[in-house]
Amino acid sequence: MTSRLGFVLRRLALTVPVLFVMSIIVFLIIRLVPGDPVRTMLGFRATDENVEQVRHQLGLDQSWLLQYGDFIGGIFRGDLGTDIVSHASLSDLLAQRLPVTFELAGLAMLLAVLIGVPLGVRAATGGKWVKRLTEGFVVFGISIPDFWLGILLVLVFAGTLVILPPSGYVPFADDPAGNIRYMILPVLTLAIGEAAYILRTTRAAVTSVLDRPFVTFLRAKGIRTRRIVAGHALRNAAPAIVTVIGIQVGVLLGGAIIVEQLFALPGVGRLVVTAITQRNYPTVQIGVLAIATTFIMVSLVTDLIVGWLDPRVADGAAT
Amino acid sequence: MTAQAPLVAATAVSHRPAKRRTSTRLLISGAIVLGVLVLIAIAAPLIAPHDPESVVVDEVLGAPSLAHPFGSDALGRDVLSRVIYGLRTSLAVSISAVLASMIIAVPLGLLAGYFGRWVDTAISRVLDMILVLPAMLLAITFIAILGPGSVVAAIAIAVIYLPILARVMRTSALIVTRNDYVAGARARGSSHFRVLIGHIAPNALGPVIVQASVLAAFALQLEAGLSFLGLGTQPPTPSLGGMLSDGRDVLLQAPWVEIFPGLAIVVAVLCFTLLGEGLRRSFDPEGVAE
Amino acid sequence: MTTASDSVLDFTDVSVAFRSDGPTASAPAVDGVSLSLRRGEIFGIVGESGSGKSTLANTVLGLLPSSATVRGHVRVNDRDVLGLSESDLRALRGDEVAMIFQDASASLDPTWPVGDQIAETIRAHRAIGRRAAREQAIALMTEVGIPDAASRYGDAPHRLSGGMRQRIVIAAALANNPQLLIADEPATALDVTIQAQILQLIDRLRRDHGTTVLLITHDLGVVAQVCDRVGVMYAGRLLEVGTAHELFARPTHPYTRALLAASPNRVARGTRLPVVPAQWSVESLHESEAVAEAEAAQ
Repeated sequence: MTSRLGFVLRRLALTVPVLFVMSIIVFLIIRLVPGDPVRTMLGFRATDENVEQVRHQLGLDQSWLLQYGDFIGGIFRGDLGTDIVSHASLSDLLAQRLPVTFELAGLAMLLAVLIGVPLGVRAATGGKWVKRLTEGFVVFGISIPDFWLGILLVLVFAGTLVILPPSGYVPFADDPAGNIRYMILPVLTLAIGEAAYILRTTRAAVTSVLDRPFVTFLRAKGIRTRRIVAGHALRNAAPAIVTVIGIQVGVLLGGAIIVEQLFALPGVGRLVVTAITQRNYPTVQIGVLAIATTFIMVSLVTDLIVGWLDPRVADGAAT
Repeated sequence: MTAQAPLVAATAVSHRPAKRRTSTRLLISGAIVLGVLVLIAIAAPLIAPHDPESVVVDEVLGAPSLAHPFGSDALGRDVLSRVIYGLRTSLAVSISAVLASMIIAVPLGLLAGYFGRWVDTAISRVLDMILVLPAMLLAITFIAILGPGSVVAAIAIAVIYLPILARVMRTSALIVTRNDYVAGARARGSSHFRVLIGHIAPNALGPVIVQASVLAAFALQLEAGLSFLGLGTQPPTPSLGGMLSDGRDVLLQAPWVEIFPGLAIVVAVLCFTLLGEGLRRSFDPEGVAE
Repeated sequence: MTTASDSVLDFTDVSVAFRSDGPTASAPAVDGVSLSLRRGEIFGIVGESGSGKSTLANTVLGLLPSSATVRGHVRVNDRDVLGLSESDLRALRGDEVAMIFQDASASLDPTWPVGDQIAETIRAHRAIGRRAAREQAIALMTEVGIPDAASRYGDAPHRLSGGMRQRIVIAAALANNPQLLIADEPATALDVTIQAQILQLIDRLRRDHGTTVLLITHDLGVVAQVCDRVGVMYAGRLLEVGTAHELFARPTHPYTRALLAASPNRVARGTRLPVVPAQWSVESLHESEAVAEAEAAQ
């Protein structure tokens, strides 16, 4: 269908300026540091030659336009530069760190959806007690900061019950069972707050769909309630739910930074935080770039899914 | 006779007043507890039983006792006193961040909503750029540039909420601008400035205040998160997030070091949320705030 | 009362009241209506909005909100439907009794292909496969006058015109060959030409399948066009019942006369329409008749 293709192209075109603005922000990180960023990075013991050498290595002695060109060119060539502290290739570092963050955030979102959507539907259709319990869960999930929730989970599962490790990580490829054991608490920590938001959105969306006249017609046709809810109400609520999930991915990636720190998971967030305290600017840049690009790409994908779920959006006849 | 649906007896209590009562109750309870917290924060030096930074070797990881109701931490510092001072830092950072954000966002939103057209487009486009990065990541980017600290954390939080507050103000101003009395004031020869200050601003401010109260809850969490990462308030100044970070290693031996600062955050966040919800029902009937 | 064999739908002293939020009890929406529909007829119920005609129609399939209390008896083929369990009601809906509503655009799920919305109704009541349901749905779409039905089967509702959507709704309602069709303002939201087509379609389907139709409308033109018999409702009460011909020729009840006088088709061009007073009373009615006569005389 050409209108569908047009929608996809329009949405792709919208992503370009967003990526551009993001790249400018990341590019500016090192250049906006007050004073001399290279001196700040290398500390007071660095010699003048040393400073000049690193300045040249980072291209900071060229015009900004050239520098930006080099920066973008490097990214497209897959040459992300080197870590100032460890001298490791940043491409290699990302290749190690990104899978950890993706596993954490991906599993957390999956769990949040698996908790939030069914409970949201129950909250929209259930009785007084179901409504009260789910509302309690929403208030709890939204008010409790995720790092403190993580601390409580550690106290219960690692401290009192001693069934899960309090922190640490093994790659899935090395030890799949161990990887899952290390991931359970961090994923739960991130997922519960997220589940509360998804529950709230699902509840509101399904409730409003159930008020619409076509539901009365479905009842008049003798369709079973279960089917009306699962096949029609949820289907119509899906674009709203997916939209919120897309937005919440940003929150989740932010939360992942804290959770990685809390559970000593070697993800990109931890990489960035450590790099900031070490004034290791190239690594900060690449880490921020990786997380921001992930966020922008997930937003793109969720928008495309919304367009696919709601034919009116794709046809440009959105209500 | 047959009843279509069971008639619940004596449910003649009307719906609306009940809702209004709940909203007033939320508002009052949120405001009272928040007021107490603010008083504690202001009067911290008078209330705190110990110096929050004094290290007592004998009392390292002491369990809660009469002398130290919340116990003491890995350096033997009194957790209660540190929670009181930490609350002071956290509230100061989050409240000043939201206020600063409001001071910039309100005029921007006012102009965008009142003048519309290119003024609106220009302001909205520039503010949209802030939304390119997720909030936490943007805060971290700011800190990466300006260096860690509570002032930088406050600035970062203020910038993050700028687009949200400005958008709420814009929508609210837009709604007020459509009122007849605004056209009337213009027709009587009032200048744009007089109309904006005299008519639009006072009537459009409600939803922004509601939104600011809701955002203060998030700001508090964000500040605590940044300090937990070591990027916000720097030691030795006590902060709730920083305490959680310090206590992480001794969590299993001395849980009180982690539980009490966390509880303080949860209570403060809940207060702002309750206040926001209460204010929303009273001052934002049209649901402009998000 | 008519005998069982030729009565499809029977209302006996039906009253409906809504539980209001306030402490005062509200007036009943339907007040002691008794009425019997003969097999195969199109029975029109006319009345203004708020007269209780839709509420009365909704008692049959149990589609009233839970704040409603219904008294009396509503019998479909001699079975009282008011006491039915939710699952028995569900079996009745869309099978023995079908119902269509005013705004067809709002009656269809915007995210589902139109054909599937017909097939779904068949499969809700008949144990048949997906493919067979699809074929029946396409046949129904053709029957209600959708050109090239097979290729429209997968279209989303927003790709069809308002008239076509109403045809889909009718096809979905008639999918299981119901004995009774309740049509609540089926053509009101459509423009006049399409309106006539939809009414003709309902009339034709009635003839082909012997379906009894309860047609709810505020439009006397619609009544004149297709109804065999008509009931006039006002303020929850059924004021009079007669054949469409009788009603137009010799309205007995003053309200009916006022309603007829206010009907655009029956007032000379260029004169103002008389107003049917909202709070109707015999006195005010006489007044309005006087106005109508005076204006007609000018």
